[in-house]
Amino acid sequence: MTEKRIPELLVEPNKFCPGCGHGIINRVLAEVLEEMELADRAVGSLAVGCACLMMDTFGTDWIQAPHGRAAAVAVGVKRVRPECCVFTYQGDGDSMSIGFSETMYAAIRNENITAILVNNGIFGMTGGQMAPTSLPGQRTTTSPKGRDPELTGRPLNMINQMKQLSIGYLARGSVASAKDINKLKKYIRSAIETQMNGGYSMVEVLSPCPTNWKMNMESSLAHIENTVKSIFPVGEFVKNGERIDA
Amino acid sequence: MAQSEKKNVCMTQNHDVCKGCGSCILQCPKNALSFSDTVNHKGYNVVDLDQEKCIQCAICYTVCPDYVFERVEAK
Repeated sequence: MTEKRIPELLVEPNKFCPGCGHGIINRVLAEVLEEMELADRAVGSLAVGCACLMMDTFGTDWIQAPHGRAAAVAVGVKRVRPECCVFTYQGDGDSMSIGFSETMYAAIRNENITAILVNNGIFGMTGGQMAPTSLPGQRTTTSPKGRDPELTGRPLNMINQMKQLSIGYLARGSVASAKDINKLKKYIRSAIETQMNGGYSMVEVLSPCPTNWKMNMESSLAHIENTVKSIFPVGEFVKNGERIDA
Repeated sequence: MAQSEKKNVCMTQNHDVCKGCGSCILQCPKNALSFSDTVNHKGYNVVDLDQEKCIQCAICYTVCPDYVFERVEAK
């Protein structure tokens, strides 16, 4: 058996809450960048939210955009430094709510960036408010009786918005089990390969937020497996510019 | 650092970074992990690794959000 060492890109222990999926996604991204020998020319674009906590602990170059605008800033970086691996790392509140326009238009223009969107169905850092991706009936601090789709609409499915576009790669993964995490790593690798070969790539990741879901680890993982995945199916949806009906 | 040794590799743990979420305990296929009575400097109950049950599959490495586990060459 081979060794499995924590990637050197993870320069400090992470600052996320216990059980948060961001830590796993950070590690998977670091592994992929190191394996592809892109660690020294990777530039990440962050905006606002829990994702920004990785700026101190993940050893690539970072640039922080205004709230939601990470994709627009990443596009600028990529256009002037095309040899760099440029990616955005945002939560669902950031990328799919206030930043929906920037996230979509980067895809519509098929810009050569990789977007990693972490979907935990809630605004985590601000205290657990309802996000565009909150599930019907989900209790949050701004929907204490559960999200009412009649009043607030159905959860936003970013993959459905993007899969009809002319883009390079589109997938949705999860961190609910070791098997899912291994698949997620393949998705992120494919996404970054797509970017370096020219084309927009996006990976959405279903991630637990035990603190704001007010669940323990076991319930959080079961919730993703049994409920979240039924509304946000996982798999690859666009590969090499070709749509796959997963 | 606690170690379990079998074959050419062993699992090591860094208890200082553990936040006690228990994800590794839930997903270990051999039930080799359990909560310890020990509390680390952050105040979290850390996880004990049963060296006899461990098969070094490194699923704990994969699922741990806090980088507690590593699989390294056995000395």
